[in-house]
Amino acid sequence: MSAIQIVPIEWYLFLSIVLFTIGVAGVLLRRNAIIIFMSIELMLNAVNLLLVAFSSYLSDSKGQVFVFFIMAVAAAEVAVGLAILMMVYRNTKSSDINILNKLKW
Amino acid sequence: MIKLVWLVPLLPLMGFIIIGLFGKKLSKGLVGTIGSGVIFGALAIAVGIFFELKNGVQKEYTIELFNWISAGKLSIPFSFLIDPLSSLFLLIITGVGFLIHVYSVGYMSHDEGFSRFFAYLNLFIFFMLLLVMGSNYLIMFVGWEGVGLCSYLLIGFWFKNTAYNNAAKKAFIMNRVGDLGFLLGIILIFVTFGSIGYHDVFEQAKNMGSGNTTITIIALLLFVGAMGKSAQLPLYTWLPDAMAGPTPVSALIHAATMVTAGIYMIARSNILYTLSPEAMNVVAIIGICTALFAATIGLAQNDIKKVLAYSTVSQLGYMFLALGVGAYTGAVFHVMTHAFFKALLFLGAGSVIHAMGGEQDIRKMGGLKKYISKTHITFLIGTLAIAGCFPFSGFFSKDEILANVFAHNKLLWFFGILGAAMTTFYMFRLYFLTFHGKFRGTHEQEHHLHESPPSMTIPLIVLAVLSIVGGLVGIPAVLHGTHYLEEFLSPVFEASSFRLVHHLSHQTEYILMGVATVVMIAAIYYAYTIYSKKNTIPVDEDEELKPLHKLVYNKYWVDEIYETLITKPLNLLSEAFHKVIDNQLVDGIVNGVGSAVSWMSGTIRLAQTGNIGFYIFVMVISIVLILFTQLF
Repeated sequence: MSAIQIVPIEWYLFLSIVLFTIGVAGVLLRRNAIIIFMSIELMLNAVNLLLVAFSSYLSDSKGQVFVFFIMAVAAAEVAVGLAILMMVYRNTKSSDINILNKLKW
Repeated sequence: MIKLVWLVPLLPLMGFIIIGLFGKKLSKGLVGTIGSGVIFGALAIAVGIFFELKNGVQKEYTIELFNWISAGKLSIPFSFLIDPLSSLFLLIITGVGFLIHVYSVGYMSHDEGFSRFFAYLNLFIFFMLLLVMGSNYLIMFVGWEGVGLCSYLLIGFWFKNTAYNNAAKKAFIMNRVGDLGFLLGIILIFVTFGSIGYHDVFEQAKNMGSGNTTITIIALLLFVGAMGKSAQLPLYTWLPDAMAGPTPVSALIHAATMVTAGIYMIARSNILYTLSPEAMNVVAIIGICTALFAATIGLAQNDIKKVLAYSTVSQLGYMFLALGVGAYTGAVFHVMTHAFFKALLFLGAGSVIHAMGGEQDIRKMGGLKKYISKTHITFLIGTLAIAGCFPFSGFFSKDEILANVFAHNKLLWFFGILGAAMTTFYMFRLYFLTFHGKFRGTHEQEHHLHESPPSMTIPLIVLAVLSIVGGLVGIPAVLHGTHYLEEFLSPVFEASSFRLVHHLSHQTEYILMGVATVVMIAAIYYAYTIYSKKNTIPVDEDEELKPLHKLVYNKYWVDEIYETLITKPLNLLSEAFHKVIDNQLVDGIVNGVGSAVSWMSGTIRLAQTGNIGFYIFVMVISIVLILFTQLF
């Protein structure tokens, strides 16, 4: 019995649901681009947590492999995203996403 | 020689390709030599084939060149059928064709389209040979359409003139009407017999017995095709207009060869017609009606070529009359003699037109015999031949037709004699007005009058000789001669022979010939009195005519009737279709789809607000919805 299985699976489920919901709410409600970014990371990590937990309970290592992939992709995404954010800030002196509404019909 | 048969159509085709591709770079002399040379080559082979058939034991050869179409049950070889009928047509086409090619060298020498003309003529000969040589209906159809195309190209040869172009289109479209019938006939033949090869079809048809409805329908459909191509009522109006083409074309295509394709087709399918008395009656009635109708129109025409054109229509009517009463040999005989004397008359007319510097109105001619004596004498021979004067060729062929018609039906014979009288009258009217009396043209024209060059007069002389002696191949038994032609053609018409016999006593035949000759002499005398003795000249256009004369002069207003009954309603209908169906319905649908798309996208793009928060919201909602649909 590994360390993960000390905690029952339902708790992992609840925790990751809570984390994911917070992430979604953050993305929907906040206007600061950095906060939105962090919320996205939160959602990703909620999923990661769940993957690891299930992987352990099912004794199947595929889930953990997925986690590494997600981490790598998330790192790349953050690098690109933060670069964009940087340029946005330099041009607008703000990180409020509602300023970026010029691209419309 | 039989082995060389593939060369016969190939030579003209090669001539067409060479002249068509390089004509502009070659000198006129070379073009003329190639153009006439290839036809002469074909003629030489055709003569060889003819004698081989005549002297040999085997009377029918099928030469298969390659497998042309094979799909499912349908298998059509590209093969030629050489039998007495096709070999005779080969001789007529290449022989008369060669003379007309030689004539054209002189006639067209000043024309800028010289090489184009020879290319078309060679192509025409190629298709015409294909038409008569094919061993199944499909090859005949290819030739049939091909000669139609060449006819169109050559009628509209001087395409800068709108009227000539319209005449060409008219010929093409009218022929389409007939061709549709022909095509339907071929399809019905295939459906009925499962083959379109002559051999299979005729063998099977023999066993079907007389009075079969399907055979009657096939025969009538094929006859519709013949009506179009051979200018019979009601599809004849294109032929007089076709005189817009150069005169050698009128002689070759619209007198000697192409227009007799219908007769060839019926003679070839004789068994189908023999089995269907109804179809034969239709053929005979259409034939005699056309013969009379066209002859009456010919009485009042003033254009030298128009008279000859109506005369051609009328003579074609005689040939169909002969076919209709079962005198297949007589019809083919008349095709042959008609090819000689009508080509001669057209070429003679061409020589007259050449001398007159393009004038075609006989009211402005007269007294030409002094100036162009060779043309005059040959034209007179042609006129006597078409009138049926003993011992010219027309006498024998016409006599054979009329004797057969007499044995079949006395009333038809009476109309036939009436038509012959009119033929004689208008031909001598033409002759006297053109060559006798005083010259009625301008001084300039009189000064210009000259005999044509030898390349034109030599074909005239050869054709004149043929018009005199051409009839000797078919001397009826009553005159103690041998009917070589009937002997030669007998294998082709063997199966139909039970209808061919006519039982006339020798006495009756002598009386018939006597009547025909008396009628002819009376008609010549009548024409002589009016147009030579009294020097009557047909009235000018603007003078008031007597009602009957007016009716005939205006060709019974047939063109106008067709215009009102068919062309105008069709135009109105197509205009209505253009305005309603095309402009409103079709364009409406197409434009409607376009504007619907742009209206919809104009509406939907408003959702693209530029507000990122809104986008994310929509995204999340959509994902949730998708997940929900996955759940249930």
